[in-house]
Amino acid sequence: MADSDPDEGRTLELVPTAPTREDRALAEQLREQLPGLEPERRTTDWGRSERLEGLLDRTLYEFLYHYWFRVDVEGIENVPSDGGALLVANRAGALPADSLMIARAVREERADPRPVHVATTQHRSGVPALGALVMKLGGVPAHPANLHRLLFDEDQLVLVFPEGAAGARKSIAERYRLRDFGDGEFVLSAVRARAPIIPVAVVGGEEVVPILGRVGLLGPLTSFARVPIASPLPLPAKFKIRFLEPVASASLADLPWEDPGAVRALAGDIRALIQENLLEMVAQRSSTWL
Amino acid sequence: MVDPRPTTSRRVLITGISSPVGGQLAQRLEPDPQVETIIGVDTSDPQHQLERTEFVRVDAERVQLRRILSAAAIDTVVDTRLVCDPFGAGGRSATKINVAGTAEVVAACAESGSTVRKLVFKSSAHWYGFSSDDPAFFSEATTPRRAPGSGIEGDAVRAEEIVRQFAVRGSGRMATMLRLADVLCGGERTSHTTLFSLPVVPAILGFDPRWQFIHQHDVVGALAHATLHALPGSYNAAADGVLVLSEIASLLGKPALPLLPPFGAGFAADQLRRVGLPVPVDLVRQLRFGRGLDNRRLKAAGYVYRYTSREAVLKLRAQQRLRPLLESGSGAYRYEPEVEAFLRRSPSVQAPARPLPTGFDDLAADELIGIASSLEPSALAELRRHEAATRSRREVLVALDGMLQRAQKPQ
Repeated sequence: MADSDPDEGRTLELVPTAPTREDRALAEQLREQLPGLEPERRTTDWGRSERLEGLLDRTLYEFLYHYWFRVDVEGIENVPSDGGALLVANRAGALPADSLMIARAVREERADPRPVHVATTQHRSGVPALGALVMKLGGVPAHPANLHRLLFDEDQLVLVFPEGAAGARKSIAERYRLRDFGDGEFVLSAVRARAPIIPVAVVGGEEVVPILGRVGLLGPLTSFARVPIASPLPLPAKFKIRFLEPVASASLADLPWEDPGAVRALAGDIRALIQENLLEMVAQRSSTWL
Repeated sequence: MVDPRPTTSRRVLITGISSPVGGQLAQRLEPDPQVETIIGVDTSDPQHQLERTEFVRVDAERVQLRRILSAAAIDTVVDTRLVCDPFGAGGRSATKINVAGTAEVVAACAESGSTVRKLVFKSSAHWYGFSSDDPAFFSEATTPRRAPGSGIEGDAVRAEEIVRQFAVRGSGRMATMLRLADVLCGGERTSHTTLFSLPVVPAILGFDPRWQFIHQHDVVGALAHATLHALPGSYNAAADGVLVLSEIASLLGKPALPLLPPFGAGFAADQLRRVGLPVPVDLVRQLRFGRGLDNRRLKAAGYVYRYTSREAVLKLRAQQRLRPLLESGSGAYRYEPEVEAFLRRSPSVQAPARPLPTGFDDLAADELIGIASSLEPSALAELRRHEAATRSRREVLVALDGMLQRAQKPQ
């Protein structure tokens, strides 16, 4: 079975099949079997370290949130207080300042703080030091099974950046113009987990580490070897985070599973919504820095 | 499918009875009146004192197995032989035990006219392998993306396929495969327990892998549960909780030191192997990528784990600290065929000999008593009720009663 076709397993998980009633009953049954909390532990089963995160939250994040980026938050009430939800945000800059600030906003602005898990590109976990650090600070590899467990079984908030690496490589001239959302895999994850999708528009993040251009040191060998010319320090751009109204989960439930076109279309709608809000926010702001 | 129905497992044969798992499984099944017969086969003498289990020595090829199966009208075979650690048997012979051995056992069970209806197979989570593209929790439905790699991983994949054929080929047959996480307190030397017994826990620089375990008690418990209930298919058997290596080291009270380089750890392991330190490939991969298992399917099928991963590591620490004290203690059990035959067959035997607590099971009672002395009377009473309801070990109950009396006296 395993040695017949190496890709078999992966396609099995990705091909969306409408779950039958038995599947749903089984899933509910498994949901009740989640491991209980061990209060002595300071690490979650995902490898997230409360100790390290708490330390950074009191020091670095506190400083960045209040004094460096001076984050303004709108629509925090759109983040539900219970149940899983998928936050979908625009991504830019070489540093993940935007994901840290969104996570901090959900902790800071709500009466009942909730942790946010950030979906990161899969291969990160194999990179020394970076992979372990991302894991300890709440990053989770964006495997469909991981998203499903977080959203459906554990009722957690998950933040995704559907632009992916392309979004982080945008130069300053392309800021606030969203890249393609791909085949909308994140929509499928939300539909499977019956979790609402909350689009998030972030202004400021794209000016933090502006990429002015790229120099190809090794010629046309790889795109990776093209070194970006960027600011060595994160610049103190003024952050505005707007949480938009959840995309009704009722309409998600009716989404035809087998139709990649419908999934793509919904992903496109969400992209257009974020884009529209981004442009509006950029137009309204008085200055990039103040 | 998940609702466990009790099956008609009345006549059980256990392979690998001389391993700690096999022996303890027989001890666990012996008090169950539902199980009529327990037969254990292995190539060497049992290491555990068994009350009513019949031991039959077989040769490595197990040619006698089918005769034993049909003569005793066995309906359930529990196969505990799988070697999932290179320390258990050296390289090539492990593959022989795991693949060729499994094929022989399955062939004997699947022979026409065989009475065997159920095969419970001790498999390993090595079935999933390691890679950076893996989900954080492997569920039974996940198939590894790449072709099976190293020895143990390939062995587990091939052995499970052979076992699955047993259920596929004949109607009314069932195969259960338990994919075990790394076992702690198993009484056998394994690569990970050797790693944890070093004065410092070595790590790869820049990695803090996730790691999940299962305590030996739960290994035996899960096998017994699968023997007594109908659980068709594959099940992950792993304790609740996935730890990270730095957490394990601090639980063991040791520093975790990044001794291995982030790149070329495999090469470094090769060099260590050349020097005579057998660092298994799987261990290096574990230290790099880590692995978590979704254990909920077995829980939904009715099995209740006794220990979490964290508790299993704490047990390992207690064991590591007590080992120097215990090695000078009482001699181990020795199998004497004549004595066993006398105890089982002689009309002079009045009462069945009680199996002595072996290994560290009795230590758990001592530890419990040690902890109990610092408890409040109300908590003591609660503990007394709990112990009476679950394991009801006499020494623990007597000790707790004494403490309760002393606690009430001053008033």
